[in-house]
Amino acid sequence: MSDLTKLTLKAVLDGLKARDFSSEEITRAFATNIEAANPALNAYVVQTTDKALDMARASDARLAKGEGGALEGAPLGIKDLFCTDGVQTTAGSNMLKGFVPPYESTVTANLWADGAVMLGKLNMDEFAMGSSNETSAFGPVRNPWKSKTSNAELTPGGSSGGSASAVAGDLCLAATASDTGGSIRQPAAFTGTVGIKPTYGRASRFGMVAFASSLDQAGPITKTVEDAAILLRSMCSFDPKDSTSLDVETPDWTASLGKGVKGLRIGVPREYVVDGMPAEIQALWDKGVEWLKAAGAEIVEISLPHTKYALPAYYIIAPAEASSNLARYDGMRFGHRATGAKSLTDLYETSRAEGFGTEVQRRLTIGAYVLSAGFYDAYYVRALKVRRRIAQDFDAVWDKVDAILTPSTPSAAFALGDKEIDPIQMYLNDIFTVTANLAGLPGISVPAGVDSGGLPLGLQVIGKALDEATVFQVADVLEQSAGFVAKPERWW
Amino acid sequence: MAIDAATVRKVAHLARIKTPEERLEPLARELSGILDWIEQLNEVDVDGVEPMTSNVAQPLRLREDVVTDGDKVAEVLSNAPKSADGFFVVPKVVE
Repeated sequence: MSDLTKLTLKAVLDGLKARDFSSEEITRAFATNIEAANPALNAYVVQTTDKALDMARASDARLAKGEGGALEGAPLGIKDLFCTDGVQTTAGSNMLKGFVPPYESTVTANLWADGAVMLGKLNMDEFAMGSSNETSAFGPVRNPWKSKTSNAELTPGGSSGGSASAVAGDLCLAATASDTGGSIRQPAAFTGTVGIKPTYGRASRFGMVAFASSLDQAGPITKTVEDAAILLRSMCSFDPKDSTSLDVETPDWTASLGKGVKGLRIGVPREYVVDGMPAEIQALWDKGVEWLKAAGAEIVEISLPHTKYALPAYYIIAPAEASSNLARYDGMRFGHRATGAKSLTDLYETSRAEGFGTEVQRRLTIGAYVLSAGFYDAYYVRALKVRRRIAQDFDAVWDKVDAILTPSTPSAAFALGDKEIDPIQMYLNDIFTVTANLAGLPGISVPAGVDSGGLPLGLQVIGKALDEATVFQVADVLEQSAGFVAKPERWW
Repeated sequence: MAIDAATVRKVAHLARIKTPEERLEPLARELSGILDWIEQLNEVDVDGVEPMTSNVAQPLRLREDVVTDGDKVAEVLSNAPKSADGFFVVPKVVE
């Protein structure tokens, strides 16, 4: 039997339905892969093999009766941001080590209802604050990819680095992830995988550990565009338990595949040409334009004039929301509590100093500063106004274009340790992705080529709110045109 | 805009994060660097622009004011650092 773990989600779902192999078989194969690879890749922080095998056998029983949901028997990895009933959920933080939720996030509950199998919890930047997975309390995830020109260990990106590494390294069929400023799309681009952040409000935030609530959105990381369409559909739902959940129908996005882009108008924003962008990124972007043109799309040059202000606005809004959201970690009801404190305030301050890592502390401090009396208007309110300017930029182009094409990231995966010293250099990773979060728009990253070192690069498609259908349509054509088949060479 | 160590001390207290004295200067430098970079937002003309707090243009939903959940003392306390007799145990708050 060929290696089942290398198959796509779609192929496995078909194979399971045809009874070519069992869910237990493929679940065991993944468990074996994880055992072998995790000491090197550090993608999983919790492996739930017994639970996975139970779920797989239950799936096999349903499949034998000709029953089963849309993901029946498919072994998935779950970002450790999603609360899983009875399974430790830490969001990559010492603050939550040992935290075992007595409830299930809506996104994962949807997956189990559709028959998916949980292999374990995936490593991530602490509270999703990071672009390299180096802020995790469990240590960095390593990218299965290495450059041909160096033996350095590379970041898989972040914050969904565990998800991206696990999918690229065949440690799960597909994975859940989350994206506040680019945390699905940047790791997908760094690992040769597909990642989509849907329209804000499509996927429920209930049971997803909060970072910046007006920006956080769940989505999948997968091997193909088709897999992303399948998994995203299961993840999304209207949820009364999330006050910003959209009461809209979740369409079957696989219907977008194979439609082509003939007659579609694709915007190319001139402001996404940034200083110091490697020639390889520009070349890949040009290639993307050529592919879409060749497939019959009309290319339209557009202007999104406030693009350069998106990241600085984000670095006020996200820390401000985080400082409010993470106030709940006071050491009283759950989470880390320090010992030996001299007063209640001392207990709060010591518990939080011990529980939170450096980057989280840095962002909470910025958040407290921009929200403090005297600075609130100058920083926070101004950033919210700039955010509207950015959203208006997009509103102004939607009568001229149906979707927008940009690079996913300003570079390929970099070496672990490379950008740890300078927070701003690290923040610049999200320069092309963060606008879609601020404006609430769907964005997908599709692997489209490799750099001179053989490392994957991604192209991003941004669409109108709730128009994932067009995003998938364009992504499908990019995937077909790029014919990206490179795989990381196994070194672990 | 430069932040000094005294400001960091104050803000760290607002954030309820104990910050050792020797960390104040380095943190002041880091935060100043980030805030200097953020200053570019002052270039944007935001006259007459409404602050954007949400991507969702719908009013918050209301639901019936009825009990939908509860009777889960054990679950609620299951992650408490300290609990007794069905309560959270916290340090003395009032002297």
